[in-house]
Amino acid sequence: MRNFFEKSDLSRSEAENIVSNTLNKCDDGELFLEDSKSESIVLDDNKIKNSSYSSDLGYGFRAISGEVVAYSHSNDISKSSLKQSSESLKSTLKSTKGNYNHSIPKSNKKYYENINPIEQKSLKEKIEILNKVNDYLRSKDNNVKQVTANFSGEQKSIEIIRSGGETLSDVRPLIRFNVSVMLDKNGRKESGVYGIGGRNSYESYLKEDNWKKVCDEALRIASVNLESKPAPAGEMKVVLGPGWPAILIHEAVGHGLEGDFNRKKTSAFHNLMGQKVASEGVTIVDDGTIDNRRGSLSIDDEGTPTEKTILIENGILKNFMQDRLNARLMKTRSTGSGRRENYKHIVLPRMRNTMMLNGNHTQEEMIKSVDKGIFAVSFGGGQVDITSGKFVFNCTEAYEIINGKIGSPIKGATLIGDGPSILKEVTMVGNDMMLDPGIGTCGKAGQGVPVGVAQPSILISKMTVGGTKL
Amino acid sequence: MIKDQEYLSEKASYCLDLAKKLGATGSSAVVSNSVSETVNFRNRKLDESNRSDNLAISITTFIGKKKSSISSSNLLKDNLDTLIEKCVETTKNTPEDEFNSLPDKDLLAKEVKDLNLYDDTHIKNEDKIEYLKKLETSASSNKQIVNTESSFTEDRSNFILANTDGFCKGYKDSSFIASSITVAKDESSMERDYEYTSKCHLKDIKDAESLGKLAAEQTIRKLSPQKISSEKIALIFDKRIARGVLSTFASAIFSSAISRGTSFLKDKINQKIFSDEINIFDKPDILKGLGSKTFDSEGVKTETLKLVDQGILKHYLVDTYNGKKLNLRSNGRCGGTSNLYFEKGKVSYKDLLSSNSRCLYITETIGHGSNIVTGDYSVGATGFLVENGEFKFPINEITIAGNFKEMFQNITLANDLEFEYSTNSPTMMIEGMVVAGK
Repeated sequence: MRNFFEKSDLSRSEAENIVSNTLNKCDDGELFLEDSKSESIVLDDNKIKNSSYSSDLGYGFRAISGEVVAYSHSNDISKSSLKQSSESLKSTLKSTKGNYNHSIPKSNKKYYENINPIEQKSLKEKIEILNKVNDYLRSKDNNVKQVTANFSGEQKSIEIIRSGGETLSDVRPLIRFNVSVMLDKNGRKESGVYGIGGRNSYESYLKEDNWKKVCDEALRIASVNLESKPAPAGEMKVVLGPGWPAILIHEAVGHGLEGDFNRKKTSAFHNLMGQKVASEGVTIVDDGTIDNRRGSLSIDDEGTPTEKTILIENGILKNFMQDRLNARLMKTRSTGSGRRENYKHIVLPRMRNTMMLNGNHTQEEMIKSVDKGIFAVSFGGGQVDITSGKFVFNCTEAYEIINGKIGSPIKGATLIGDGPSILKEVTMVGNDMMLDPGIGTCGKAGQGVPVGVAQPSILISKMTVGGTKL
Repeated sequence: MIKDQEYLSEKASYCLDLAKKLGATGSSAVVSNSVSETVNFRNRKLDESNRSDNLAISITTFIGKKKSSISSSNLLKDNLDTLIEKCVETTKNTPEDEFNSLPDKDLLAKEVKDLNLYDDTHIKNEDKIEYLKKLETSASSNKQIVNTESSFTEDRSNFILANTDGFCKGYKDSSFIASSITVAKDESSMERDYEYTSKCHLKDIKDAESLGKLAAEQTIRKLSPQKISSEKIALIFDKRIARGVLSTFASAIFSSAISRGTSFLKDKINQKIFSDEINIFDKPDILKGLGSKTFDSEGVKTETLKLVDQGILKHYLVDTYNGKKLNLRSNGRCGGTSNLYFEKGKVSYKDLLSSNSRCLYITETIGHGSNIVTGDYSVGATGFLVENGEFKFPINEITIAGNFKEMFQNITLANDLEFEYSTNSPTMMIEGMVVAGK
């Protein structure tokens, strides 16, 4: 465990005293300490463009009284700084007579190893692989005009000190490998992107056949797009492929099931608990407990062990995702979903690995059943308007479906739908559930956190496709 | 209090000296400190207060044509020593790149212009709370508003940029930002909208009542939206969306996209990419301008650029590295544009609205649907149907799509340009785009 007080004039027991004195009349709160180290190495345009390293150290001190949150953070872990933060919190929460909630569940389960991926491979080895990636792609296809490949790795050590001296800690590794290829054929340019990652060591990801697979996939997507035609415009049936397209679930319903939006009644789902919100056969969970996944956490950023939370079971809304604050105010329990980008940010209820579970149809059946529609295999980013429920995402690989057969690839188009009703339009759920390759970052209130998604193929009876062909 | 110039430049020169001692042939460092205080309100009550104090340092070291960089928030000597050692070591092991270098000395800024970017006024939390109370009372005065969230932020920062060619400059700036997000509800729908104000000087921000009122009005008018059929139709982009079109243009002419060949505007210099009436400026020396700067993030002086002159592309946005690659000199745009704007057009807002018997007025887009490589554009949108210049009803769950190459040729601008943000556009009409709906 990282010793945050090693080089500070502040001792652990002094810090504990300040925390207890500040929080004893509050309802909740904690001191969150974080030390993160990260690196990034980028190959671009035939050269190593950048090798950078970053280390960040700091604390965030939070006090909660009723619904009011006071927060102060600094990168100076010292007696004077923590005292100043304490004064700032006290001055916001002037007359508190709260009852500090000491209960926090305990678990010894770990979903990843205590490793520092950055130290596990030398810079030279990483540069060597990036150069091989570049050579491999450029020799494989003469149309390759640009290759960008990068590694990023990080290790975050956190410690949470609660009133009364209770402490919780975690060490979180995370890596990511990404390849982007641009092709130029007879003046037409198209690109393809693919990546992999997780809470793991580089070692397990960067075997030769593994990085080659990533290259092949990026190149395949770019090649498909070179042949793409303008996408159709209007409402039609949509078949989504398994895996990463589950960001549809993330955007369409995931955000709307986060506790804060429902406590504040700004989510389109806030009054639908226990009601049917999806077709029969649709079950969605948010799971922080899958080994080495990008969205997994042993404990969340408030110290609560994570879990597999059932959000929608066979079409019925069962649970929201909760942090401690929203759970207390909604008289329920935290689901271990309290997360923050880093010590500079307050905790919010967030997704971890959001997954739609298997049904019993095949992808073939789905495509056969469509007269006119599209088959969407991969997506770029998505976004949702929580209040109106409208969400979008952008196809990066998609095909026309005509009379039950897959036709030509179509240009990147935005799909738009309505979150609360889209799950009722799911008419077939496949039996081919797949996890995404480990590349997702979710943004909310200016904070990015790593997440995962998973789903089988699904058939949606009606969505609007934002193409240009009327 | 934020750290003063003396403290920051002392840290910067310590780093440059140490890097040199360890074998770097050149280096640059940025040391910055920002202090920010935010108060959030929700439904007319205090919801959150947040004080943040951020110190940050980033160092780039060169050994000949080799380069590497580090950054940290920990400025203690021990940590800096370890990091700089690591940085120099990494530099040694990074392959050479012939285009790596510090900026040309003759391009470095000679002075820091006083652009009036810093306001020393401190507004106490009690006064922020007072402002937010007024704002939320105004925002929630209509019964259809069921939820309000607002915030007030006071932000102050100071920085020093130093390099081994003798450059060592920096300055303070401040910003005061107030925002209001409102949710309105009727029998069939719930909608959200927002308004915000952001200025360098406290006395320039919008008053609380009108900010709240504007947010509420913009939200209420979105209630009970309809979906329309797919069709080709003229679109009018509200200023806040039109700004985004300008930002996409900027990212497509950034020298990194040009040198890598990944922009649809590559090789378009001196070519006509907009219609004749379009002029685009990037002006770094506007007093109190939110994007104003004396020099860019490498220390290169910035001057006003007329990026587009009567529809013709005149400049890329060039930094040192990509400039060397393209055989161009840096024009002080490392880190992006400054105050970027379309020169105002000739028609009034009213005339623009009624120039087509039927058009869509777009107030919000969602999704990341701009492809810089191909110029393809497809995003989700909400707005209003306009007939003969009159707003008829709100519209949502549609997408709008086109390609920037054609869209740029079909832009008509109104004469209502205001300098509210760092990127500004008048209201904009683009004809010939495709709307996908029912």
